[in-house]
Amino acid sequence: MRNNKEVGMTVIVKTITRLTVGLILLYGIYIVLHGHLSPGGGFAGGVIIALSFIHLMLAFGREVALKKLSQAAASILESLGGIIFLSIALIGLVGGYFFLNFFLHKGKPFDLFSAGIIPLCNIAISLKVGAGLFAIFAALILFKGQGEE
Amino acid sequence: MELHILLLFMIFAAVVAVEVEDLLSSVIAVGAVGLGLSLAFLILKAPDLAITQLVVEILCLIILIRATINKDLPLIRDGRWFFNTFSTLLFIACLLIFAYFAFQELPVFGAPIMKVATQYIQQGLEKTGAANIVAAIILDFRGYDTLGEATILFTAVMGVLAIIRKVGRINAK
Repeated sequence: MRNNKEVGMTVIVKTITRLTVGLILLYGIYIVLHGHLSPGGGFAGGVIIALSFIHLMLAFGREVALKKLSQAAASILESLGGIIFLSIALIGLVGGYFFLNFFLHKGKPFDLFSAGIIPLCNIAISLKVGAGLFAIFAALILFKGQGEE
Repeated sequence: MELHILLLFMIFAAVVAVEVEDLLSSVIAVGAVGLGLSLAFLILKAPDLAITQLVVEILCLIILIRATINKDLPLIRDGRWFFNTFSTLLFIACLLIFAYFAFQELPVFGAPIMKVATQYIQQGLEKTGAANIVAAIILDFRGYDTLGEATILFTAVMGVLAIIRKVGRINAK
């Protein structure tokens, strides 16, 4: 507030954010990739990924976060996630029915590469949820910023 | 026992959220309700739901505090307290009457009667290969439901982006 060039929060918050934001993003990716093995899954992991970008936006101001992931890119990623999920479902129609688990060899249980289409669906949903929620938050922040001017 | 304490805490926090004057305190009380719900899911042995509820609650709290609260929100204080109280009591009475008949038909808490769910639990691992049964159900057996959920989220994002986009508001001025 005192200095116009200084956007975002104080130097303490910025330093802590610089240390933790990568860990939060990594934890979200871990939750997504291990969704078929441990609790979590695409939706929760996607929200954690969105929270890491929101963390960045709260601490450093909206320009820094929008430079990492712009609103147009978020919209494209969200639509891409939806299309991937739908196309995985539609490929199943070739083998017989909607959402067919079309991998013949499903791998050993408790392996990272197992369970056929489920990890792919998790990744698609996480893209969709993460980018979509970040787009909503960015739009609301921009809306509020314009109202104040 | 813990569940009942949590439920009482959640009811108390919800009443506080409705009754308190300050908007920020109200939002924080709503967050307390969500945290209590997350712990309740954890006690009922549903860690997937607990994680999802916790992170969604944090996101909602941030959005409510950071992006929507303004200092000059209008407060509705009209004098129709008699009508409001009467209609509230009427709806509560209707709910209790219907709940009395409906809850008699419910199975005992914690005793599943669904045949389909037993099939899922018995065949989930060998049919899908996923160690997490929740992921196996929501993404394989019930993938169609998840597709519907994804559609809802997509519609919500499209709606928000369409309503508060820049062009519309500049033209309105």
